Amino acid sequence: MREFWLGRLTSHSLPHDWVMVGGTATFIAMFLFAAVILTRTKRWKWLWNDWLTSVDPKKIGIMYFLVAGFMLIRGGIDVILMWLQQVLAVDGSQGILSADHYQQIFTAHGNIMVFFVAMGFIFGLINYIVPLQIGARDLASPLLNTLGFWLYVGGVVMINMFFVFGGEYAATGWLAVAPLSGIDFSPGVGVDYWIWSLQISGIGTTLGAINFIMTILKMRAPGMTLGKMPLFTWASLFSMLMAVAVFPLLTATLFLQFFDRYFGAHFFTALGGGDPMMYTNLIWMWGHPEVYILMLPAFGIFSEVVSTFSRKPIASYTANVLGMAGVSVLALSVWLHHFFTMGASSDVNAFFGLVTLVISIPTAVLFFTWIATMHKGLIRFDTPMLWFLGFVTIFTIGGVSGLVLAFPPADFQLHNSLFLVAHFHSNVIGGVLFGIFSGISYWFPKIAGFRLNERIGRNAFWCWIIGFCMSFIPMYILGIMGATRRLDHYESSTGYQPFFIIMLLGGIVIAVGLTLQIVQILASIIQRGHLRDNTGDPWNGRTLEWATASPPPFYNFTVIPHVMTRDAFLDMKRLGQFDQQYEDILIPKNTAVGIYIAILAFLVGFGFVWHINSLVVISLIGIIIIFAKRAFSEDSEYTLRAEEVEKLEAKRIAKVPAHEKEVKSLADEEDMSVWDFVRYVITFAMDIIRNKKWKTW
Amino acid sequence: MVNHKAHQAAADDRVMFGFWVYLMTDLLVFSVLFAVYAVLHGNTVGGDAGRDLFSLPLALQETILLLTSSFTCGLGLLAARSYKKWQTLICFGITFLLGALFLSLEMKEFTEFIREGQTLQLNAFLSSFFVLVGTHGLHITSGLLWMAITMAYILKRGLNAPLVRKLALLSLFWHFLDIVWIFIFTIVYLGAYS
Repeated sequence: MREFWLGRLTSHSLPHDWVMVGGTATFIAMFLFAAVILTRTKRWKWLWNDWLTSVDPKKIGIMYFLVAGFMLIRGGIDVILMWLQQVLAVDGSQGILSADHYQQIFTAHGNIMVFFVAMGFIFGLINYIVPLQIGARDLASPLLNTLGFWLYVGGVVMINMFFVFGGEYAATGWLAVAPLSGIDFSPGVGVDYWIWSLQISGIGTTLGAINFIMTILKMRAPGMTLGKMPLFTWASLFSMLMAVAVFPLLTATLFLQFFDRYFGAHFFTALGGGDPMMYTNLIWMWGHPEVYILMLPAFGIFSEVVSTFSRKPIASYTANVLGMAGVSVLALSVWLHHFFTMGASSDVNAFFGLVTLVISIPTAVLFFTWIATMHKGLIRFDTPMLWFLGFVTIFTIGGVSGLVLAFPPADFQLHNSLFLVAHFHSNVIGGVLFGIFSGISYWFPKIAGFRLNERIGRNAFWCWIIGFCMSFIPMYILGIMGATRRLDHYESSTGYQPFFIIMLLGGIVIAVGLTLQIVQILASIIQRGHLRDNTGDPWNGRTLEWATASPPPFYNFTVIPHVMTRDAFLDMKRLGQFDQQYEDILIPKNTAVGIYIAILAFLVGFGFVWHINSLVVISLIGIIIIFAKRAFSEDSEYTLRAEEVEKLEAKRIAKVPAHEKEVKSLADEEDMSVWDFVRYVITFAMDIIRNKKWKTW
Repeated sequence: MVNHKAHQAAADDRVMFGFWVYLMTDLLVFSVLFAVYAVLHGNTVGGDAGRDLFSLPLALQETILLLTSSFTCGLGLLAARSYKKWQTLICFGITFLLGALFLSLEMKEFTEFIREGQTLQLNAFLSSFFVLVGTHGLHITSGLLWMAITMAYILKRGLNAPLVRKLALLSLFWHFLDIVWIFIFTIVYLGAYS
């Protein structure tokens, strides 16, 4: 009976050692804190109705940002723990972590950063910006969108679940290669958590990608042909097409690995005729395109940023689009370069090495379009542009080191060394993450209705750049010296330690940068009165997202614009063509179906992790019932009358100046510095202690 | 005023397109399973090969059942498009029965294998066979479930435009499964005897 309801879950599986218990306590404390705040301010209903069940892509986008930001901090703490271990674990000392725990941490770090930070931010940005850029009011399927988001959250919870219910996380590296991840070598629940975390969020990604393809191809504003589509939308389209092409491979591969582990099948086992190398092939057929799925939207962001801040149209739009197309096609055919050492024939290695080298050509085309755009432009060096310049520098280092690795003979030497780790971090941090930061600082005024504090943003940028160089340049050197990746202990005679110390210091500088970014957002909220942007167009933007108010109303556009040229909004401004005819709008209703299905999908995964078959069956039946009910309900939209739109617009316009008067004196300076912020927070805290009202807010 | 008819037509167009994209992702899942079967089908580790296990007459029966069901499914959709309620229900009823019959034959095959000790734990060949054919069977099962629910709604609400749209998607799904089965029949069953 116990087995029926609890499977293999016992009190022994609860967390025991200090790191785990600390993590558990932190998680529970944060939830309690949030719950207390929500109860005291009576916000539960607001949270449920206005946010959690919302199908508005803008709100879903913001929720993606919040979850991904939270996970960025979580993954960042992992880094500091790992680097501290590498500094301390020399000779006799074993450092702060056991070898097993260290392995779990670097696995979790990789999974969290790729799936839940980078993917989260990218999906958030696409959600928020793409419908605005193509002049649409919503996505093709609002339901799929909320479902995709909640499945992503389900994956996030699953990957952190071992903190609460214990067991362990996978100690296999982020792709859990076979046969190490098989039941014989990893008998614990760690790999099962890994499988279900990726499976649930991966299915969410596939659904989201289908939805964005439908939206971009079928819902563009009248007049916007494919050749007039903004570049970020093009980039998103390529990225989502790739996601649709490879995420099913991940789903199938995880499914097979699950069969191996749960039912004792022999797909990837060393015994029984299984083929472990097939796992490596299949997972990298997904895994390599995955990094390009993240990279392409970042390319699109940079195209928008460079064009806006150079005050010029992008140099050769066609070359840029073709460059992205080339990258996405080639990215699908280079996966084998991840395992040149596997023992394929030299012809096979040579082919994949060459394709890998060829991929640098379309990438270089993209770079040249950006540089040519800047040439003779009137460049403004605001933070989005700074992030772009940082990207050019670091991504080039990463790209060139990638070319080194593309040669199979060189790869045989550098394979699995820290050189490789430094290479892909240059690309993922310098490319994807800087792209995300650039995009967020570029579109923040659109999302919030006020600009970000420029001064603190600059400080944060410099911390990131300096910290990055301090951390990763020593890492390249270490790689060439022969330090392998995933190293948890070494001898001092290797001479590694000084480099690891510099890396840790660099990590601390990056942490300061990240903190400054949080401070930047808080400081901007405090002085929002001053940074407020009533025009909806703070950067003299070119594309349609700037044509509507900031933040955009829930119906995005009062009137769907007609598009004539590529820089649709720029032309509207030049010609002074603004329609002010209000019309009826069909709005999709909020729905909790996404949350319910995601919870049930999570329970299916959880049941499989702990072998609780009853839970699996019950949850699956629940999913079928909810689908059957929802699919045949014919009441998912309501009409917003033109008069109501007019009223809402009048209300919104009337509200704008009223806000400005509420602002207090301390935040009045144009650009608050970090010290001003600290002073402000102390005054604010003193106010609360002296029992004054929260009047500054 | 919102033009509801145009709005609905655009929405249908999007859903149909999105469903095609979904089918392609599903096809990719099957393509992985086919590739895995192609790689592993010789790895019997001394056990029986496909030739010793599979019964071609049974596979042919299954094929005929599924192809016929695809035909009746097409007839059902034609009837639905002209809003003939009972004709639609009868056609899809026959499709459902044929599909269920197919599934029972597949179950029979699987249970016989398992009774003979030819389980998926035995070797890589059987693992890949069970998972490839079983995944198709799982799809058929969900198709049948979908069909049953849709027919229940037709009985309850009568045949209206939204339900005809659901039937169009369903029949697309059903034909898709048919195509996948033809590949299974060719590669797994006929291939074992080649």
